[in-house]
Amino acid sequence: MSWLTEYVRPKIRGLLQREVPENLWTSCDSCSQMILIKDLERAQKVCPHCGHHGKANATERLDWTFDGGHYTRIELPKVPTDPLGFRDQKKYVDRLKDAKAKSHLDESLAVAHGKIGGRDAVVAVMAYEFMAGTMGTAMGEAFVAACRLAVLQKAALVIYTASGGARMQEGVLSLMQMPRTTIGVEMLKDAGLPYIVVLTNPTTGGVSASFAMLGDVQLAEPEALIAFTGPRVIQDTVREKLPEGFQRSEYLRDHGMVDMVVARSEMHETLARLIGLMTNSPATASEAAA
Amino acid sequence: MRQYLDFEKPVAELENKIAELRQMAKDGEGINIADEIGKLSDKAEKQLRAAYTKLTPWQKVSVARHAQRPRALDYFKALLEEYTPLAGDRLGHDDQAVVGGLARFRGQAVVVIGTERGFDMESRLRHNFGMPKPEGYRKAQRLVELAGRFGLPILTFIDTSGAWPGIDAEQRGQAQAIARSTDCCLRAPVPFIATIIGEGGSGGAVALGAGDRVLMLEHSIYSVIAPEGAASILWRDPKQASTAAEALKLTAQDLLKLKLIDRIIPEPIGGAQRFPSEAIASVGDAIDEVLKELLPLDGENLVAKRREKFLAMGRDAL
Repeated sequence: MSWLTEYVRPKIRGLLQREVPENLWTSCDSCSQMILIKDLERAQKVCPHCGHHGKANATERLDWTFDGGHYTRIELPKVPTDPLGFRDQKKYVDRLKDAKAKSHLDESLAVAHGKIGGRDAVVAVMAYEFMAGTMGTAMGEAFVAACRLAVLQKAALVIYTASGGARMQEGVLSLMQMPRTTIGVEMLKDAGLPYIVVLTNPTTGGVSASFAMLGDVQLAEPEALIAFTGPRVIQDTVREKLPEGFQRSEYLRDHGMVDMVVARSEMHETLARLIGLMTNSPATASEAAA
Repeated sequence: MRQYLDFEKPVAELENKIAELRQMAKDGEGINIADEIGKLSDKAEKQLRAAYTKLTPWQKVSVARHAQRPRALDYFKALLEEYTPLAGDRLGHDDQAVVGGLARFRGQAVVVIGTERGFDMESRLRHNFGMPKPEGYRKAQRLVELAGRFGLPILTFIDTSGAWPGIDAEQRGQAQAIARSTDCCLRAPVPFIATIIGEGGSGGAVALGAGDRVLMLEHSIYSVIAPEGAASILWRDPKQASTAAEALKLTAQDLLKLKLIDRIIPEPIGGAQRFPSEAIASVGDAIDEVLKELLPLDGENLVAKRREKFLAMGRDAL
């Protein structure tokens, strides 16, 4: 298959460290307390006061997930953009342009490979910063490419999900990403490779109703909104008070849909341990110590 | 009583006039009305034809949702012999929004699954207006897997505005149920024909629609979101629904062009709601033809081709 030669052009990342001035402050989205930006970055965007897991972008997730922050990004497959010539209040092509400029990404998924706990892994991260992480043809194709790469490398696949759902600007083509990404997951399962889903805030709609709910193991970050239908639409439909904590990670865990809620600081270790156990590979020194 | 859609008003007026004339003749006013009725009928037929050959996407939405359009169970009744409904998800629930079971279609034993909206208030409530809950999708998974074990082709009849957006549905894992249902469909080692007979509403339709062939009735629709929803999200104006319907490319004709569906089944002039038995018979004939193409293929081959088909979608420059 020419896919590899066509699409995988590695870019070395992870060696770039951004400089943050020592004395800049921000406030927590949840508890509003002041935090030094430097402290917040060091704590992987988790508020040291209340433990609120703040927004993280795709690059940060990759940095935090791979051993030592070392990994190789792959270029995403090219697909036709704007298949419907869609225009609402704004042209879809213009929305895409804006999203690319704002996020420095080509699409709503970033894919890289490297090691987690010393074992091969492919990590795909949905970028909420790119059109609310919506799923269109390019994102679906990128996900399938990530699955193929994992199969090729006999590696585990970890995906961080964050999405408002299907990308309406691609009509039924966006809907068709549900079966297309599901086929990607099936390839992993047929190859006997671990597929671990990390649900982050928010994961809804067509994404939650496809690859995001098909993990061998389902992890979630604390208090992430995870839903098929968003709470506002449900509220408008049933006109009932929604239960406490409805559609949050902990609620899904209590209702049997998520294996565990994992704090960001524990994520790397948890992923490393899971991959080690699922592939029955010998424990590394640090895992044995833990 | 025939229910007329907005754009059918001129036809409604003519047909009311015809009915009046017939009544007058019956009351014995002794005038010769045959000529007049003939003329009016011709005119009505012409208007109907004119309207239905150039339906706008938004008009098609209203036809697809027409209350008198044949429902999944109407198709079961007319097209199947020995229909034996099966029930329950084996996890504590049965959802009547999803109907299905074992049956014979033109001699061939099959598994049928449909989303059923109901036809009057009582049956609509029983079937939850055709909006399945997780137990509906889990029932479907059971039936698809059963079909796979016994080598029976699967026929699905899709007509839903979407999965039920309720607290109970979310509690029991609507997203997971839909995801698994799509997965089951894609893995079924038997011929799988999905037919959209009315509304193919988003993920709730895909869950039963990931088949070898997807057929659509001429005036049915298939969409990622209801045009009303797209209008209020993207245009921030619910009144833009007809603009949204156009932009979303949700008609059978657009979707065939985009190679996202495989075949359009023509409807009688005036739509399936006007001549239900003709529409149902055309659907039966189309399924029969497609099934004959698929029956010689073995399970492994079917699954591989199904994957290729979905993976190819959207890759071609259009």
